Amino acid sequence: MSTETPLVQVTDLKKHFPITKGIVIQRQVGTVRAVDGISFSIARGETLGLVGESGCGKTTAGRTLLGLYPSTAGQVDIDGHDLTHARGKSMMEIRRKAQMIFQDPYASLNPRWTVNAIVSEPMRVHHLINNEKDRQERVKELLTLVGLSARLVNRFPHEFSGGQRQRIGIARALASNPRFIVCDEPISALDVSIQAQVVNLLEELQDRLNLTYLFVAHDLSMVRHICDRVAVMYLGIIVEMGERDEVYEHPLHPYTKALLSAVPIPDPRKERARQRVILTGDVPSPINPPSGCRFHPRCPVALEKCKTETPVMKEAAPGHFVECHAVK
Amino acid sequence: MTQPPPPIASLNLDELATPPLSLAKMAWLRFRRHKMALVGMVILAFLVLYCIGGALIYSEKYANFNETSIHLQPPSLAHPFGTDTIGRDILARTIYGGQISLMIGLTAVLLELTIGIVVGALSGYFGGWLDNLLMRFTEAILIIPQIFLLLVMAKFFAGDIPDISFLGREFSGSVVVIVVIIGLTSWPYLARIVRAEFLSIKENEFILAARAIGTPTSEIIFLHILPNSIAPIVVSATLGIANAITLEAYISFLGLGVRPPTATWGNMLEGAYNYIESAYWMWLFPGLLILLIVLAINFIGDGLRDALDPRSRTV
Repeated sequence: MSTETPLVQVTDLKKHFPITKGIVIQRQVGTVRAVDGISFSIARGETLGLVGESGCGKTTAGRTLLGLYPSTAGQVDIDGHDLTHARGKSMMEIRRKAQMIFQDPYASLNPRWTVNAIVSEPMRVHHLINNEKDRQERVKELLTLVGLSARLVNRFPHEFSGGQRQRIGIARALASNPRFIVCDEPISALDVSIQAQVVNLLEELQDRLNLTYLFVAHDLSMVRHICDRVAVMYLGIIVEMGERDEVYEHPLHPYTKALLSAVPIPDPRKERARQRVILTGDVPSPINPPSGCRFHPRCPVALEKCKTETPVMKEAAPGHFVECHAVK
Repeated sequence: MTQPPPPIASLNLDELATPPLSLAKMAWLRFRRHKMALVGMVILAFLVLYCIGGALIYSEKYANFNETSIHLQPPSLAHPFGTDTIGRDILARTIYGGQISLMIGLTAVLLELTIGIVVGALSGYFGGWLDNLLMRFTEAILIIPQIFLLLVMAKFFAGDIPDISFLGREFSGSVVVIVVIIGLTSWPYLARIVRAEFLSIKENEFILAARAIGTPTSEIIFLHILPNSIAPIVVSATLGIANAITLEAYISFLGLGVRPPTATWGNMLEGAYNYIESAYWMWLFPGLLILLIVLAINFIGDGLRDALDPRSRTV
């Protein structure tokens, strides 16, 4: 990897949600360990895919990363700013540089605002363009950039389709000229035919504007298409991380293998011939994660020490990290 | 040889650029279909016209002029609504009383809105201990029947209140007291409505998006959440006007309200119960006007409730 400092550096980030009981006097009876110590870095211009099944903490990780949820522990550096301790001016600087694209295009746009108001909000808040007229010109530019007609500036969100709304969301995320964008399952709420369009748009924008993405998704084939590196999450931790082709061709962690074997292959002969790893049981609760390796109750190759000893992250191949006792 | 396809009617691109029906216009189109609401609008317009236009015909001096020699006269050409116990013209008094009643309704609701929105917004948006504190306080007020609170407060503030002059007219200072106590006792319902709206709207992703942008909290509350919760607030405020007018009538009827000579529809009823059979005109006209305005406002409120429903997007 290049020697230049990564744009985003995450160290041991944790987000725990308290579970409280009692109406007047609240006491904490438990903790949901949604994100329980994840570390990774993203180089400039790179796309890191964060995959995992529902409820593994991908979305929480993305939101905590941007400070939308206060983190429980750990550190996040975005372009040289320490986000976990940032206040006031430096926080606004991070907010300008790091943006987010949301999962549900029907809920992520204010239904009472026009497209113009929605897309110009970042410019207004960050005082990038203080003139109403110039702002609208810039909104039109951005709409054209994301493939919408500039004539639609005065329309309301409910007049658009899901894919068009997602484009408006992307235009808003681009309005403050960010360097880093967290894409929180930006395509999973869209029709399959629209998904490809939006992903291609994201790729094209990355090339043109030199953006860095954290791409949160559960669609593995889409992640393979867009990402440079992939991190696999299970129950709040990253179990495997590496270059895209390396992870897809030579998965090491049994969980990654199971995930990949669930991806359908569009060739019936190959599909029939391959061996699928089928996981038994449900995802354990993040309130009370299993001891030792968190995956051991469902792991097909679990060893005795997996029940007691927590595995450490090791570099199995150059740039390919895995957290598993069974991997030498 | 295939025929070239017929030309598609060319899409007028400029049409796309024109602003669409705004949400307010769509709401108006839905409101218009509500017949009773339109009737309510007509009645309300008529009553407002009656109170304002009537003032051009009768002077306020005339409304407060008493001549005991002509007291308790039934309706006649000279006094179409009759005269009261001390010989004041009831028609003229309903005109000026209506102005005060309407003003009490509007200003009391304004006060109710201010307190209700601030309490509800703070409670719903910030949650936690602030929510606990504000909501327990709100419930404490809700538990006490409003009419008791009103009577106690009316009695408490009933000391020597100086007359005030406003817009070149003299009012009994008790008008202000009534407005304040109605406002101070009506906000809890509204606060709970606003809180509930805030609780549900703040979980939307567009609020998260605004926070990711760095939008200040005050803008999130007033530009993002409040406009989205405007429908129940408008409906509640509309009905609140009718409620305030009725409440004023209650307390005035019990003799704790606005002091004569300033007339309101409510205080014109004070003492009228002694004449239920002997002088029907004393209670009929102000009572009818209260009935009409409360009905009209309730119809309008119903219409607004349907028209502003954010779930209906059809015209």
